[in-house]
Amino acid sequence: MSDNPIRILIAKPGLDGHDRGAKIIARALRDAGMEVIYTGLRQSPMMIVEAAMQEDVNAIGVSILSGAHQVLVTRIINLLNEKGLGHIPLLVGGIIPENDVDELSQLGVAGVFGPGTSTSEIVALVQDVVS
Amino acid sequence: MSLIQQIIGGDRRALAQALTLIENDDHNSQNILANLYRHTGHSHIIGITGIPGVGKSTLINSLAKLMRKRDDTLGLLAIDPSSQFSQGAILGDRIRMRDLLGDKGVFIRSMATRGVLGGLSSTASAAVDILDAAGFDRVIVETVGVGQSEVDIASNAQTSIVVLCPGLGDSIQAAKSGLLEIADIIVINKSDYPKVNLTKSYLHEMIDIGRAAQTRGSETQTTISDTHSVSNGNLDTDNSLWEVPIITTVATTGEGVGDLFEQLLAHYNHIKSTGEMTRRRNRRLRAIFESQLRKQLYTKLSQMLSEDYCLRQLEVIMEGETDPYTAATNCIKHFETNYIGDEE
Repeated sequence: MSDNPIRILIAKPGLDGHDRGAKIIARALRDAGMEVIYTGLRQSPMMIVEAAMQEDVNAIGVSILSGAHQVLVTRIINLLNEKGLGHIPLLVGGIIPENDVDELSQLGVAGVFGPGTSTSEIVALVQDVVS
Repeated sequence: MSLIQQIIGGDRRALAQALTLIENDDHNSQNILANLYRHTGHSHIIGITGIPGVGKSTLINSLAKLMRKRDDTLGLLAIDPSSQFSQGAILGDRIRMRDLLGDKGVFIRSMATRGVLGGLSSTASAAVDILDAAGFDRVIVETVGVGQSEVDIASNAQTSIVVLCPGLGDSIQAAKSGLLEIADIIVINKSDYPKVNLTKSYLHEMIDIGRAAQTRGSETQTTISDTHSVSNGNLDTDNSLWEVPIITTVATTGEGVGDLFEQLLAHYNHIKSTGEMTRRRNRRLRAIFESQLRKQLYTKLSQMLSEDYCLRQLEVIMEGETDPYTAATNCIKHFETNYIGDEE
């Protein structure tokens, strides 16, 4: 398993239209040797979970800047569990107030990245949660 | 229930997992493919190739919507290149296929070219077989049309579509030797751009020249050495009846995509009624068989290279007592007596 590249889905759920952050993350993960399935803007939780299933990814990263992280993350995690995909680690990046981080972790999010996180930190965490 | 039964039964998650095993060249993959093989042969396999940016994914999005209107189920394999430096890849075809996401009748799998042993074409061809066995009415393979492996993949298809766009100029010149040869249907996408008629007349001319050259060529053809030339040899009989259509589309609006779908169906009927389907199938089987042989031989060869005999030969070369050519021949002789001689 270790020889095979990590496959990760990077998606932007919800309605905010700013994908620069997600693209930078995608690029950094690619440069770290991962296969990044990038789905683009305005994905519903259902689309994300379906894509994760079809692509058989090792992890999912979502970028949320809209403030709707609690709602979106809850729906994604519920859908993952419904489909028997609860084992896939979910990472969240974007504008997430510090007060919300604990709650997201309790929902089952494997990592939260706020503004200013270095890409090498993110790469390291993805490698860590996947292994 | 076994993975095989799950895949045939339409379990999409099992399908996704099997594709991963094939991609990773897992030790179970040969077994999975062998067991799925007898369930293949029912899908219409369509290859879509073209240089980056001509609109392949957008075209597939539009085309797939028409297929879904007829209730055709669709398996899609979208292949993108891996980075030569990091081995990573960004697989972004889903961005343009947003109308298909969430549709239960559509299964999309992105695949990176990696540095797969035996070439990408064998992995992609195996993935096509799995999608076929999973029961999709149509299986589409999307590849970037640069390099031989992409041409190989496309030639695996029952219907190959080559996508171009206006203003490519010399790129068409470059494409003619590889890509245009395999086209059953040519699409000029972005046909709302200027110079579409110029591109169209270039292509018509090229196809005419090609046809003229082929007719001459078949007269002088004396040896039929492989299946490829067998099918070429038959070109002047029934297959030549298929005139490669040039279709203009605007994938973003769906303009012309209806024509494309009609031609796709017409081509499928054509190959079924002329025996071309069997020829293509046989050509593909031969390619799979050869690549499996090559792969398994290569694996054995790699094991052998790490053995004492070969390592000693390497030392002898480095000490200047023999040359690499003689040493390689010695190693192969050693290989033949010690491996091939033993089995059967």
